[in-house]
Parts: sequence; C-alpha cells; structure tokens
Amino acid sequence: MASEGRPPGLRSPPFRGGRSRNPPRPRTNAAATHRGPRLPPTDPSRPLDIFLQQLVNGLTLGSVYAVVALGYTMVYGIIQLINFAHGEVVMIGALTAYSVIVALTGAQVPLPALAIVLVGAMVAIPVCMAVGYTLERTAYRPLRKAPRLAPLITAIGLSIILQNLAMIIWSRNPLSYPQIIQTVPYHLTGNPNGATITNVQIAILVTSVAMMGGLLALVYRTKLGIAMRATSQNPVVAGLMGVDINRVISLTFVIGAALGAVAGVMVGSYYGIAHYQMGFLLGLKAFSAAVLGGIGNLAGAMLGGLLLGVIEALGAGYVGDLTNLCQLSGWFDALAQRCASDPNVTLFGSNYQDVFAFLVLILVLVFRPSGLLGERVSDRA
Amino acid sequence: MTGHPTLLSAAGIGKRFGGVQALTGVDFTIRHGEIYGLIGPNGAGKTTLFNVLTGIYEPDDGSFTFDGQPLVGLKPHEVAARGIARTFQNIRLFANLSAVENVMVGRHVRTKAGVWGAIARDRRTRREEEGIERRAHELLEYVGVASRANDLAKNLPYGFQRRLEIARALATDPKLLALDEPAAGMNATETASLEALLHSIRRDGTTILLIEHDMKLVMGVCDRVLVLDYGKRIAEGPAAEVQKDPAVISAYLGGEVALNLKGA
Repeated sequence: MASEGRPPGLRSPPFRGGRSRNPPRPRTNAAATHRGPRLPPTDPSRPLDIFLQQLVNGLTLGSVYAVVALGYTMVYGIIQLINFAHGEVVMIGALTAYSVIVALTGAQVPLPALAIVLVGAMVAIPVCMAVGYTLERTAYRPLRKAPRLAPLITAIGLSIILQNLAMIIWSRNPLSYPQIIQTVPYHLTGNPNGATITNVQIAILVTSVAMMGGLLALVYRTKLGIAMRATSQNPVVAGLMGVDINRVISLTFVIGAALGAVAGVMVGSYYGIAHYQMGFLLGLKAFSAAVLGGIGNLAGAMLGGLLLGVIEALGAGYVGDLTNLCQLSGWFDALAQRCASDPNVTLFGSNYQDVFAFLVLILVLVFRPSGLLGERVSDRA
Repeated sequence: MTGHPTLLSAAGIGKRFGGVQALTGVDFTIRHGEIYGLIGPNGAGKTTLFNVLTGIYEPDDGSFTFDGQPLVGLKPHEVAARGIARTFQNIRLFANLSAVENVMVGRHVRTKAGVWGAIARDRRTRREEEGIERRAHELLEYVGVASRANDLAKNLPYGFQRRLEIARALATDPKLLALDEPAAGMNATETASLEALLHSIRRDGTTILLIEHDMKLVMGVCDRVLVLDYGKRIAEGPAAEVQKDPAVISAYLGGEVALNLKGA
C-alpha cells in the first residue's frame, strides 16, 4: 500500500509530564554500570510517575484501538471477512466530525465545546453507518459465496478508494481540529511534575467503556444479539429459523461503523489532527488488537485493544532507556568515552512505537494464532 | 386448523445438480393435521426434497402450494415466516448458544422488535423479549430439555440435542414441522419417547412431515407415506399398504431379492 511514511494522526500523543524518556542523568561511574532499569537519582517517585503516565496514555490509546477492533471482530465473527476498509470508516468519521466542528466554530455557534464535539459525532455516526452499509451491500454481499480471497482483496481495494475519496473531499493536508476543548490535567501522584490524566483522556476512556458495555449488552441480552450470534454460528440454519441473515449482516456492519465513527472522533480530538490516511495505520493496529484477543471474539477485541495500547505506550516509553548503549559503557572504552560527552546513545527511540503493535501481531500469529481468548483456530485461515 | 384440507401440495418437483437428477416430477399432498412419512433408500432425494421445500435450493421444475398460496422463490427466513420449520439429519444447533437461546432464535420470526428496540430498550421490546424467553422455556419443558436450559447446546447429550432441534423448530409456530431423521442414532428408549412427542405435537395441531429410516417408528406414527427412489415417487399411501408394495420392497432390498421373496 502506498503509504508515504506515517500518517500524522497516529504519532504519540502530545505528552505531558513524565513522558520525557531520557531525563538528564549524571554520569555514572564506569565501574558502577549495571543493566536493568536504572533509578534516576534525584526524584525517587519519578519512575512511578513515568510508568503511570505511560499506562494512562496506553489505556487511552488502547481503548480507542479496542473500539475500532470491535468493528473488525464483529464482521469477522459473522461472515469470516476481514474488512480492511474499516480503518477508512474511522478516518471518514474523524474527517466528517472535523468538518462539522470547523463549521460550527467558524459560525460562532453559541454552544459549549463539548456540545460541538458531540454534534460532530452525531453527524459522523450516521455518515459512517451509511458508508458501512454501502460497503456491505455493494461490495461484500455479491461476493458472499466467492472464494475468501476475493472479498479480502475487495476490502483492500475499497480502502484505497475511500482514502482517495477522502483526499478529494478533504484535501491531502493534515487538518487540525480546532482546539476548542480546554485540556485540564489531573495529577495522579503528589508530584506536581508527575503523571497526569486529562479530561479528554477520561472522556475517551469513559466513552469507550460505555460503548463496549452497550455492545456486550446488545449482543448477549437482546433478540437481535441472539440472531447475530446464531448467524455467526450457522447462517443457513439461522435463516431457516426465520432470521433474515442479510439484515443481520448489514446491521453488524452498521453497528461496527457507528463504533468506528465515535473512535474516529475520539482520535481526532485526542491528537487534534485528522488526515485522509490516518485510517490505514490505525486500522492495522486495531486489526492486530483483534487478532491478539482472538478474532471473532468481542471480549478478546476489547482486551486485545487495551493490551496493545499499553504495550505500545510502555514500549515507546522504555525502548530508549532499554537500548541505551551507555549501559554497556563499562565494557568498551570507546563507548565510555562517547558516553562521557552524551549519556544517551540509544539504538531505538520512541519513534519505534509502531513496531510494537506488529511485533505483537507476529508473535501472536506464530505462538497462539487463535489469540488470547479465541477458542478454535480457524480451519480456513 | 380451518380452511384448506390440503396444507402442502407439491407438483412436479424436479432438481438437478449438474448431471445428477436428484428429483424428478415428484407430486404429493399433505393434509392438515396428519403425520406424513417420506422414506426411501439412501440417496433417494429425501433431504434434497426438504431443502427445496424450505428454500435452501430453488427447484428446477414444479412448484409447491402451501396453505393455499404458492411457495416460489422465497428466502429461507420467508419460508419460515409462512409456517414451515425443519430439523436436520445431522444436528445443526447453534453449538455455542445455550439451549434456551437456541429456542429463542426460533421465536425471531414471530416477533417484531428490531434494532431500534434493541438500542432503545423500550417497554414493548422488553415485554416482547420476556415473552420470547418464557415461550422458549415452555417449549423446552414440552420436549423435555428444561432441566438443561442453560447448558450450551454442544454440551447436551445426543438425545437432548435432537429434542432441542425440535423445540427450536416449534418456536417458529410452524403449520408444518419437517423432521429429517429425528430418530437417527437414538436408542430404543429415546425413540419411544420421540414417538410420544410426535403424537403430542400432532395433537396440538401441527402437521408433521417426517423423513425416517426407522421403519418401526414410521409405521407407528405416520398416517400416509411417500416413497422415493432415485428421485422419483414410487409409491404413496397408508403406511401398511406401502410396506407391501412390490416396488418399495425391491427398492429397499434390491430387485433380485424381491423376486426371490415373491417366488418363495
């Protein structure tokens, strides 16, 4: 896929407080070199703050992954299709909400910031539902009985089409969300420079958890949910029992797209930026999360999303320290000299953040292809 | 049941799979309230006839009239809505749903609440869902699976799974219940209680179409029997008569054996 570098929507969140990975540290005596996490000498609460901050960032990011992963896993569960265009649905959600928010703030509509974002989401949701429905109806349904590779490649094609449509509509420039929501950090520890959680992060966490709870209730407590589960287990028999399976499949796409729309709005407001390619990497990571949890399994997608977010944040946060060659400066004189002038000779920095999601994907596929909560290995994979 | 004395009539049903003519010109009628048997050697086309009837396959020739109305080109869920429910030769329960949820799926066609109801959780939806669950428990009681209502279908004993399939089919409030070898693999005790169940289903007003290899069961419950061989109707009539039909005997035992029997 012609992805030129990283879509800007997925950089590490604008970090606060403890996010600085390489705090200036005094030179260590060559003889005192030891491996493993080193304690910064000045502030004893600092490692905890850094860890907490990464955890908060990771959970926020992870809850967005989880919501997007639900869209993948629901569709996979019901028709064994990996809808690679789902990330693009999220992107369209983010960009639609962007347009609405810009229009509302531009027109000086006297609404509180939160209400403006909500209106943006309320517009993005039906738009994405319509996109999800159209994808299923026009592209996937005609291929339902085709070999599995055909809808998969169609999905990739749709993803490219949607990216290009979005580029035509919203231009190829990264668009910044108007900074209307005042970010308020709350301290998690007594340390005034320590870990914080912001109101935006809290809102994302709460919204995600509420949506996941709502989806679980829908699937496990309602008639529609039973019909969905029945269709996923055996569509032919479900049809014979009076379930309109085409309708159930359409609804699955539509519900997944609605979740994706909200995820798009959350990502947009969190990073403050939206871009026509933002869905690609986000979608791949959410897909990795779904595989990590066990694709087709709702609880798995949620667990996988949260875990992936945390792994990514912790990985990005600590990879610099862990690969700092100065830990080995006692071994080589040349290195010791180099470290004397600059204590940070790191092999990998936090720009390797994206690697972790795919490292996890590879490890899961090699060692536990059915995922953490997945029961059976797909016989047709 | 009121109205038409004939519940289902099939006229000239034909179905081909490539070069294989699975069904050729099959005619029959099923009356309201009877238990109608469908028998024939393996590969005679019995299950194909079920599949054509329930909308899984389209017939290549012929048509069905159900309850006075043609049954053409309907999707499976529409056939279910018209009042035909079926079970399967090889059990096809929703293995990872509980027994009661399996039956609740069957109620789907008789209830209205859709996605908005599911999201809004209004009173009507909640009442409807309570009704579905109550009815599902009643049906489990009826077929004798109530004690395992909350077990996953895959964990139920075989005889229970067979009965659960019947309960799920009954949940659609069918006018015609089509059972594909319900006694397959059952022991004598299980078969006897199945026979009692079939009688009580009929007594409660549901017409039954039964595919079965267990001749004792067929003779015990069926009012009339249709015999298929190589996709063609070779006999039809009351069970006792069909049993003596030379064409039937020869189809089941092979032509020469039948001749020998006659000669003896």
